[in-house]
Amino acid sequence: MPPLLEALGLEARYGWTKVLHDLRFSVEEGGITTILGANGAGKTTTLRAVCGMVKTAGEIRFDGRRIDGKATEDLVRLGIAHAPEGRGTFVGLTVEENLRLGAYARKTKASIADDLDRIYQYFPVLLERRRQLGGTLSGGEQQMLAIARALILRPRLLLLDEPSLGLAPLVVREIFRIVRTINKEQGVSVLLVEQNASMALRLADHAYLLETGHVVMSGPSTEVGKDDSVRRAYLGY
Amino acid sequence: MEIFLQQVVSGLATGGIYGSLALSLVMIYQATDVVNFAQGEMAMFSTYLAWSLMNHGLSYWLAFALTVTVAFVGGLAIQRLIMRPVENAPILTIVIVTLGLLVIFNSVAGWIYSYIIQPFPSPFPTTAIRVGSVVFGPHDLGAIGVTLVLLILLYVFFRFTSLGLAMRAAAQNPASSRLVGIRVGWMLALGWGLAALVGAVAGMMVAPVIFLEPNMMSGILIYAFASATLGGFTSPGGAVLGGFLVGVIENLAGTYISFIGTDLKLTVALVLIILVLLVKPSGLFGRAVVRPV
Repeated sequence: MPPLLEALGLEARYGWTKVLHDLRFSVEEGGITTILGANGAGKTTTLRAVCGMVKTAGEIRFDGRRIDGKATEDLVRLGIAHAPEGRGTFVGLTVEENLRLGAYARKTKASIADDLDRIYQYFPVLLERRRQLGGTLSGGEQQMLAIARALILRPRLLLLDEPSLGLAPLVVREIFRIVRTINKEQGVSVLLVEQNASMALRLADHAYLLETGHVVMSGPSTEVGKDDSVRRAYLGY
Repeated sequence: MEIFLQQVVSGLATGGIYGSLALSLVMIYQATDVVNFAQGEMAMFSTYLAWSLMNHGLSYWLAFALTVTVAFVGGLAIQRLIMRPVENAPILTIVIVTLGLLVIFNSVAGWIYSYIIQPFPSPFPTTAIRVGSVVFGPHDLGAIGVTLVLLILLYVFFRFTSLGLAMRAAAQNPASSRLVGIRVGWMLALGWGLAALVGAVAGMMVAPVIFLEPNMMSGILIYAFASATLGGFTSPGGAVLGGFLVGVIENLAGTYISFIGTDLKLTVALVLIILVLLVKPSGLFGRAVVRPV
């Protein structure tokens, strides 16, 4: 069976500067893949490349079909949801309106109310705050809102951009636990980019290591986690 | 007391019109950070369209319906064809483009319809309405009614429909909107269409009072600016309320402050703009915009 998402020879540039070089990675149907790397390695750009927010060269396939060069709005309709860098909260809209926007591109609108209930079960704090403006939420709550907004699309693939950034360790653990549950219960495949390598390696089944826009290592996460250089540079022991 | 009530009601009538036009300014300003200086002339042009439709024998309300439809499509087309190519240009460029549109609409209207002042019909009965000893103009009451219905429809649209929600989202956060599948460019165009529609209604409601001519909206636009500034350029509801306030203040000042009369009414709007900008630049209901430098 071909992977759900596959990138071959993927390149991206900002102006004259090439930031991704010949990337090759894939996400299996139902799997969790993580791309690790330091600041500036190109992790966010990789996600932006997948969902058509930067100009790219090379091939990206989703479900076997070429999607490179397509508009972001159309990729959403194929079932690719993105919880972006900076969380992308609609600060002037209520939490519930934020969530309803997540369902904007859905073909079946009928079961949105049920899905809202289900999302509120995963994220009870959003239920408490559903009439509040998005901008009044804490960082962790906004991260939950970003993931919830992506999930209500009923995506096949969830792109997660550094969900741990700026959050307390307990909150990070909670968010990773929810991502794992969603992956198991809903069968949503996940592509996670992270700086927090130890958390990401525990969650993912496959890992890629990105350094200045090149994939320098890849493999099952257990193996990548055992590698000496990864341990020293990213895990700190 | 009778004079006071009459002035308040007629102030509310014109105020509703200022508020509508202010609302169309604010709708575009919120979505694109651009003040559309051509908003008044677009409304004037729509009103001329209604006038010539009626001259060709159409009934008032049929002409009204056709005009708002054409205004909506026209506003949409202006955004797609004229504003979109410059959307990433510096703000001054975009302002100049809207000023260019103002001049074009004004002169084309003069060219087609001439600068001769024309009467424009009111759809409402002409017999004055008496409540006790107070006499109200039926057009005033009708204009207030039409304005309120329009505002309620817009409120329901933006508050309770998913398209309205998507338009608000696109105005606030275009990047995130694309990520949930909203076609942001079309939302901006829809915003222009709706603003033109609101402007067209305002034009047709004010024309029976100030008569039809290519420069009819220049004063109204200044009142609309005063309304939006008073209520807050970041608050649609505030802009409308600002409109009603400006309408009433203008009328009362004209009636009770002897040196103002009818000649200096427009000055009241300008004084209001300056006062608001001095005392509370974000307006009564707006929030101060903080931008990183």
